[in-house]
Amino acid sequence: MEGSSAEAALSVSANSIRITDVTQDGDVLTFAIASQKLNSSAGVCVFRMYEDFDWLQQSLFSEENLPGLQGIIFPPLPSKALPSQSNTQTKALKQLGFLALGQDWQSYCKALEFYLQQVAAHPTLCKCKALDSFLINSESPGKQRGRKGIFNRLSQAVEEMRKESHKDVDNFFQNERNKNTNLAASSKVATEKLLDVVMTEQKLAVACGHFATSLHLCVNQDDAAAVAFSKVCLKLSDVIEAVKRNYEKVASNNLSTLGLGLDLESRYQESEKEMLFRRTCKLIELETVKKGTEKAKANKREVMEAFQKAVEKEFNLISSVAKQEIERFHSSRVKVLKTFLIGWCELQLNTAKEFAELYSQHLEACRNMYSE
Amino acid sequence: MSEDREAPALLGAAHTDPPEPQDAEDLFVSVACVTECPEAARLSAEDLSPGSDGHKDPDDPDDPDDLFAEATEEVSLDSPERQPILSDGPSPAITPVTPVTISPRLDVFDRSLDQDDEEEENRDTLDIQISVSDPEKVGDGMNAFMVYKVTTKTSLSIFSRDEVCVKRRFSDFLGLHSKLASKYMHMGFIVPPAPEKSIVGMTKVKVGKEDLSSVEFVEKRRSALERYLLRTVKHPALLKDPDVLQFLESSELPRAVSTQALSGAGILRMVNKAADAVNKMTIKMNESDAWFEEKQQQFENLDVQLRKLHASVESLVCHRKELSVNTAAFAKSAAMLGNSEDHTALSRALSQLAEVEEKIDQLHQEQANADFYLISELLGDYVRLITAVRGVFDQRMKTWGKWQDAQLMLQRKREAEAKLQYASKPEKLQQARDEIREWEGKVQQGERDFEQISRNIRREVGQFEKERVKDFRVVIMKYLESLVHSQQQLIKYWEAFLPEAKAIA
Repeated sequence: MEGSSAEAALSVSANSIRITDVTQDGDVLTFAIASQKLNSSAGVCVFRMYEDFDWLQQSLFSEENLPGLQGIIFPPLPSKALPSQSNTQTKALKQLGFLALGQDWQSYCKALEFYLQQVAAHPTLCKCKALDSFLINSESPGKQRGRKGIFNRLSQAVEEMRKESHKDVDNFFQNERNKNTNLAASSKVATEKLLDVVMTEQKLAVACGHFATSLHLCVNQDDAAAVAFSKVCLKLSDVIEAVKRNYEKVASNNLSTLGLGLDLESRYQESEKEMLFRRTCKLIELETVKKGTEKAKANKREVMEAFQKAVEKEFNLISSVAKQEIERFHSSRVKVLKTFLIGWCELQLNTAKEFAELYSQHLEACRNMYSE
Repeated sequence: MSEDREAPALLGAAHTDPPEPQDAEDLFVSVACVTECPEAARLSAEDLSPGSDGHKDPDDPDDPDDLFAEATEEVSLDSPERQPILSDGPSPAITPVTPVTISPRLDVFDRSLDQDDEEEENRDTLDIQISVSDPEKVGDGMNAFMVYKVTTKTSLSIFSRDEVCVKRRFSDFLGLHSKLASKYMHMGFIVPPAPEKSIVGMTKVKVGKEDLSSVEFVEKRRSALERYLLRTVKHPALLKDPDVLQFLESSELPRAVSTQALSGAGILRMVNKAADAVNKMTIKMNESDAWFEEKQQQFENLDVQLRKLHASVESLVCHRKELSVNTAAFAKSAAMLGNSEDHTALSRALSQLAEVEEKIDQLHQEQANADFYLISELLGDYVRLITAVRGVFDQRMKTWGKWQDAQLMLQRKREAEAKLQYASKPEKLQQARDEIREWEGKVQQGERDFEQISRNIRREVGQFEKERVKDFRVVIMKYLESLVHSQQQLIKYWEAFLPEAKAIA
């Protein structure tokens, strides 16, 4: 990681990366990505599709000349969105969770934006040519098929599960694996539960809308009594409309802050899990090789020993990268969660104040009207 | 008001002419039928059409159009009967005015306009508070029942004490309503309907399940009983009614035995059939007063609208409850996340988050209650009230029918007398002339009754519409108050959480 890399540093500022627009054409989403050049005030804008993001991720996975690559906690890329009409909301929710909500793919774009920012901010990954090319080249790189990443997602195969629980030789890592297992599970559950809450808030808003509309239908101008009653119904309708907007706001606040935050946290924990798994697999490989070496016949022994040394070196390199990554991950995720929590609280506080004011005004108006 | 109650007594006591032989008795029979049997009313309508000489025995039990054929005994209802269920049992109140009004007319139902205004004013400043509280289960198993404490605080002189507490059970309320309906509905007064009986709800309570749904059920009923009493005493005539006074004050109340009433479904069928029967009559009725036609249409429309609104609100309450459940689940998951978290400050913030969400869950529950008890129950009450209003319009139709029948009868008597002129039977001629006088009296009475009930209804409807606006306004304000309160609580919670979030280092 140090020194030997001939990769150039990223030519744009990590913080300036933004997804400024998204357009949908049938099944395909196209994202406009803007960033700021480091050495000048010039900005760059490119257009990318999901395939391009995927290409980027795969390129990162298969980066050469990065020793200990397997020890890196890769920023998680959101799943591909399938916006076709046949895809019902339930399917989309299952696939993307929170990222499927929000208007015009806002949450999804935000998540992709985070992804790019995190890759660009990563001390090692930022040097990858693929990233620079992704952000700057007007031509879309995604056409280049080819290098598939060497990493696969954790499959559910029984063998994998067995490997996952393989005892570690290092207490630090054993602890980390345990913590990660807990956190990954809890954050996933919390994300799902919050998603339920947001969905219900949206349903409640819709129900309020129906009720408010029905109240409007009660208007009747036949005589004085009917007019008086109609006014009352209209007033109630206004109040219920306000309640509807209230819930829409609350849901949107939940979505854009805590929802995104928990979603990101949950996916990042998964990413760490994958990294730890890779290391564990390497550990198992090492132990297997060691055993093999011990049992090896004299003529093969030297070869085996050399091989074992290589594996050991790899493993140690992975472990040392992993350690750094873990520490970096811990401190950054706390910061990220803090930002989301503060943002969430501030938005909800403002909304509560706004509507407290609105309801009070309605109440005051009613009191004045009705005391006559 | 007292004049009203005396009237029936006078009428009853002042029954003058002794029944005369044969024809006269038939007269009485048919009179009684006309006033007591809706079928007879319908038959009269048919008879009114020229050329018809269908004479069905009004007492025929196999009459397919018997409106009561399908009515089953059992559960009480939420809508006033077209044919009020007359209560048995001792009652200090004078027996209701059913028929036999042959005696000379008395201007008892006429009321001065001044009195009307004064009473309307009194409604607004009514100094009486009623609360229904402390539901208590008495007995065990399927014989168990709930007893409610009814507390009346008032400075009105018709009450013997400033503050009275009595214990009443649900059937007592039903019995009260039944008595009031039979006394006042036919005069055009809108008698507030009693709360609905519910077999399912009560069975759970009887069986002893102390779960949330039985608690909610009892609370819902308690609240409904309270609203019922408050609405009832708001009506000046009902407030002074001896049955009402006895209900509120007597420590011992004779058990209401005939709360046999019609099941909800039976009532609906009956009301629909009644509406059909009335419609047949309406075709014949020369509505001289467009006001009644318009109002009837208005109430029909209102009925539909209110039912729709009620359904909307129920949906709202449902979603709010769902939100509460989901919020609680999220709070738990956030707590678990906090526990799994190593970083101290973050862990604490997450635990705080869980607490905030729990408190928000509480708010959701309170708000759901507000939705329900304020808005949903209000709409439900009014759906039932509208049915009572429509019942009163039906009564007017009946009264009109009576009057028309009397006119027809008079005409027949006159024709009979004319025929007898040429027969030499002086006693029969005299009898015929006597009958003509009687029926002239009845016609006059019928007309007066009709005018009286029309006047009463106009007044009642006017009052009802005023009350309606008031009721809704009160509810809107209470609802807004609950909304404001919730938001202020939320502000507190979020302000308390913010420093926790900022403290994460």
